[in-house]
Amino acid sequence: MPHRWQLNMAPGVTQTARNAYHAHMIALWVCVVIGIIVFGAMAYAMFKFRKSKGAVPAQWSHNTKAEVIWTVIPILILVAMAWPATQYLVHQSDTSNPVLTVKITGYQWKWRYEYVDYEGKPTGVNFMSKLDADSDKTRQLKSGLDPHAVKVGEEATYLLNVDKPLVLPTNAKIRFVITADDVIHAWWVPALGWKTDAIPDIINDAWTLIETPGTYRGQCAELCGQDHGFMPIVVEAKPKAEFDQWLAGQQAAAAPAVPTAAPAAAAPQG
Amino acid sequence: MATAQGNNVYYVPHGSKWPAVGTIGLFVTMIGAANWLNEVSWGKPMFYVGVATLLFMMWGWFGDVIRESIKGMYNKQVDTSFRMGMMWFIFSEIMFFAAFFGALFYARMYSVPWLGGEGDGALTNFYLHQGYAPAWPTNGPDAVGGSFQTIPAWGVPLLNTLILLTSGVTITIAHHALRAGHRLQLLVFLGLTVLLGGIFLFYQAEEYIEAYQHLNLTLGSGVYGSTFFMLTGFHGLHVTLGTIMLAVIWFRCLKGHFTKDNHFGFEAVAWYWHFVDVVWLGLFMFVYVL
Amino acid sequence: MATHAATDHHADHHDDHDHKPAGFWDRWVFTTNHKDIGTLYLVFAFVMFCIGGAMSGVIRAELMSPGLQFVEPYFFNQMTTVHALVMIFGGVMPAFVGLGNWMIPLQIGAPDMALPRMNNWSFWIMPFAFTVLLLTLFLPGGAPAGGWTLYPPLSLQGGSAVAFAIFAIHMMGISSIMGAINIIATILNMRAPGMDLLKMPLFVWTWLITAFLLIAVMPVLAGAVTMLLTDKFFGTSFFNAAGGGDPVMFQHIFWFFGHPEVYIMILPAFGVVSEIIPTFARKPLFGYQAMVYATASIAFLSFIVWAHHMFTVGMPLGGELFFMYATMMIAVPTGVKVFNWVSTMWKGSMTFETPMLWAIGFVILFTIGGFSGLMLAIVPADFQYHDTYFVVAHFHYVLVTGALFSIIAAVYYWFPKWTGRHYSEKWGKFHFWWTIVFVNLLFFPQHFLGLAGMPRRIPDYNVAFADWNLISSIGAFGMLCTPVFMFLILWHAKKHGPKATTQVWEGAHGLEWTVPSPAPHHTFTTPPVIRASDLAHGDPTH
Ligand code: HEA
Ligand code: HEA
Ligand code: CUA
Ligand SMILES: [Cu+2]
Repeated sequence: MPHRWQLNMAPGVTQTARNAYHAHMIALWVCVVIGIIVFGAMAYAMFKFRKSKGAVPAQWSHNTKAEVIWTVIPILILVAMAWPATQYLVHQSDTSNPVLTVKITGYQWKWRYEYVDYEGKPTGVNFMSKLDADSDKTRQLKSGLDPHAVKVGEEATYLLNVDKPLVLPTNAKIRFVITADDVIHAWWVPALGWKTDAIPDIINDAWTLIETPGTYRGQCAELCGQDHGFMPIVVEAKPKAEFDQWLAGQQAAAAPAVPTAAPAAAAPQG
Repeated sequence: MATAQGNNVYYVPHGSKWPAVGTIGLFVTMIGAANWLNEVSWGKPMFYVGVATLLFMMWGWFGDVIRESIKGMYNKQVDTSFRMGMMWFIFSEIMFFAAFFGALFYARMYSVPWLGGEGDGALTNFYLHQGYAPAWPTNGPDAVGGSFQTIPAWGVPLLNTLILLTSGVTITIAHHALRAGHRLQLLVFLGLTVLLGGIFLFYQAEEYIEAYQHLNLTLGSGVYGSTFFMLTGFHGLHVTLGTIMLAVIWFRCLKGHFTKDNHFGFEAVAWYWHFVDVVWLGLFMFVYVL
Repeated sequence: MATHAATDHHADHHDDHDHKPAGFWDRWVFTTNHKDIGTLYLVFAFVMFCIGGAMSGVIRAELMSPGLQFVEPYFFNQMTTVHALVMIFGGVMPAFVGLGNWMIPLQIGAPDMALPRMNNWSFWIMPFAFTVLLLTLFLPGGAPAGGWTLYPPLSLQGGSAVAFAIFAIHMMGISSIMGAINIIATILNMRAPGMDLLKMPLFVWTWLITAFLLIAVMPVLAGAVTMLLTDKFFGTSFFNAAGGGDPVMFQHIFWFFGHPEVYIMILPAFGVVSEIIPTFARKPLFGYQAMVYATASIAFLSFIVWAHHMFTVGMPLGGELFFMYATMMIAVPTGVKVFNWVSTMWKGSMTFETPMLWAIGFVILFTIGGFSGLMLAIVPADFQYHDTYFVVAHFHYVLVTGALFSIIAAVYYWFPKWTGRHYSEKWGKFHFWWTIVFVNLLFFPQHFLGLAGMPRRIPDYNVAFADWNLISSIGAFGMLCTPVFMFLILWHAKKHGPKATTQVWEGAHGLEWTVPSPAPHHTFTTPPVIRASDLAHGDPTH
């Protein structure tokens, strides 16, 4: 959850999110340091070399040594930044061997979640998830309702709550296969550390491994029409036992229905 | 006055109404076209009014330029400006075609194979398009537009290639004739070029009719039909413009315009024609043969 | 000519007297004069900035607090989309073309642009193009609302606006391409003898390179939107995967245009700043040739980085890495520029007139925008930043405190040359300091919002984002006053300002400062004799 006056990215609850956080912090500090040097030099020059202080302009306009230095040093800094970033990317790109595969489909303006297979077996569980009724009432133009009043417990969840969250197990590698039905959406939960576009007729895959149980909130992150701001995502991460129990409950409820979209064959390891 | 200008002063025209006419023409054309597409009844006539205005503008504007040129108001430097203008205009046209060629290459090298499960597309194919095998030509996993056949490269397209190549030769001969002062040869070979342009267009029209009536190959035939008609269509449009331009300079030659060493108008059209020619070679390779 | 000469004295451009056409139509509508066309472009850009600014006012008013107070979400999206299109294609680009029109002939000693009639046409297309675009606001279904990036399939869901917007973009493209061709021909063909390429002022250099970018990528945009048009109206499947195309293909083609486009908006800005800083530091520009090469490298690199806007579309690993590395490289030549500006100030003898303040503001704030750009280039971090307000903050720093600041700096810098009058330094500085305060209030907190997780292009948000949004909106309302200030300052100067001298600024060098102020209607009808001391960069080996 974002909090008021928040200044920085949160480190999240997955390795990927921590990687993003580290990449961000490295880049941030590099920029801050270079900024201090450059702006410091400018400030000094502006203070020292003003005409009103009797400064006489020098007439040089070259200094090969300096120019080489300030070409080479930035290159080295960039290499130093690119190195960890490359490793993080490689880490993130390996979606193989998941315990659970969830298919996510974006619709204008809701999400469908299909638990394609869990521990090698199709589950048949599949449902829609959309903005909760409270937020929906409040967000109407000139509704007169107070967004601060939309709460779950102590959390102010205005526009960040859904009717039915995506429940996931902790400490298990979960692969998402992501697509859309109409226009492009993007599935993003900041605490997991990535977003991926949901593109009609195309599958993108991504993975996560959530370390701490909890409720994590996100939003659609690609403009998808008038209610783009109103299609949040809620992930509820539970320990394996609780998750298994939840899944069994869902399966029981859905029992008579034949799993429709879930293909019978095991998904290829992309 | 014109000669008093001397040859060192860059001629700067003072005020012209033609750009304003052109602006109105463009505006009317665009509003007309947009309304036409949105099925507003007056869109189509408005579009034609706009196009007519644009043609009127060109007639008047180029007329001014020709008159000024004949009066000798342009020095070498002005001539260079025109040349650069034409050259970079053709470059921008090349980039316009590059966008469509880019779409063709992208579709063939990435989107179709991925949809068919190659490379990064394994999951896409598995979850959404099982049974779709990547191949070219294709109208996609949903067989958009229904099954179709393609135009074989070695028939009319080959003939058209030969026609355009020949026309490249004839216009070059015409150019040499102009420079050597053989006016009759100039007229004959330039006339031949116009004719070849016309024949090319005729065959292309035949090809389109064949495609639509017998092969079920249409703009709606998935990505193959899209790229096929977009590329050949825009090229055909350029051939049409080029042929009109050729016809115009043919008439100007008939009227005795252009001298041995001052005939930028002729050269501009020749460049344009060569450009159209080269684009066709690319088309023939990538749209028909490969 | 011959017929005119007897009756119409000013048709003769041999004399250096200041003869302008008399009537309104002749002076402004049928004109072929680079100065008048430059003025038209600048006035047009100013009007567009005001319209685009008003739309951003709607955006910031709605975002001032959580809950929907003023507009429906769909209208909000129209505002976002049209705001961007108006600011980019109607504001920044025409403003730079206007500056180029005014200054390039003056700086290279040419009598006018190379193709003066086409120059007129390039300009006059623009107001009509924007009439078409803005008309869509009044159509049933409203203006385009799919974002300025026009991604399909969403952009194709628009109503009748789609066709109008696409044709408006075609018109802008025609105008830009003709304008760019004109600038290329002018610079390559019309330089006074002795004005070698490597003696040209940097503004001319940066514009030359920008013009090449324009003719290379505007046609690609035209192609991209043409395919959108046929996908919508003629049943093609370019961007439809069911037919074998790919929505992502549009993004590749769009950004192949779009990334060079952002440098189209910043390279002339680099040129402006490279003119102003030496003048007020009274010291030659540091590393002139390095500046030229850096500009060229930025332009080159701009063609191979486009997919950094698409890190989340699901590219293969190799693609992500390539575009990350290539993007990061741009920091090197851009850094060279920044360091050279600082070195130009170093050991100078500086005064801080209004143009200098804007130029310094540019260097600092643009660099901040560049830093956030570099952060965005780091793919694993971009997985978080992408499509959040962090991106919005980035591009407003480079666009507003970059491109727009340089335009304002240039207008203050050359205004005395254009009109022969000085603006009020006091009010010019007031304009600057006011802007500095509010623009940072406006855009700096957007970094925080983005990092905290606020997506862009949303009309409403969770209450945790309320505080920074309020501050940002306050900044926006402060910013909305600035066009009024600028208008009053310049209007007053034009009417009552003190007379300017030929050189205008004590430290100014360059051909434009050798003609009287105001610059006569016709200048350099015979090529000037170039003396090294007239040039800002007289001797590049020096
Ligand atoms: C004038 C416009 C302009 C300019 C100049 C830039 C400059 C840069 N931009 Fe920006 N950008 C935009 C306009 C611009 N951008 C716009 C409009 C968008 C959003 C489009 C949309 O989605 O609507 C965007 C989005 C955007 C993205 C996509 C973000 C996303 O959607 O997820 C990225 C990612 O890489 C990026 C990167 C960069 C980089 C690396 C630069 C570099 O050129 C910056 C280089 C400069 C510096 C780095 C500072 C000076 C250098 C030094 C002092 C040297 C030493 C420094 C180091 C070694 C760190 N930009
Ligand atoms: C150059 C481009 C430019 C400029 C100047 C601005 C200026 C401003 N922008 Fe804009 N903006 C964009 C380009 C620009 N923007 C783009 C590309 C987007 C993305 C759209 C999308 O998502 O599709 C965007 C999106 C965008 C958003 C995000 C919307 C969303 O995601 O939903 C917001 C929100 O705050 C915003 C606000 C503002 C504000 C308050 C200003 C204020 O600075 C406005 C105040 C400024 C003025 C009123 C003009 C001052 C001008 C002068 C003084 C004239 C000087 C000139 C001459 C004399 C010739 N803009
Ligand atoms: Cu779905 Cu935005
Ligand atoms: Cu970019």
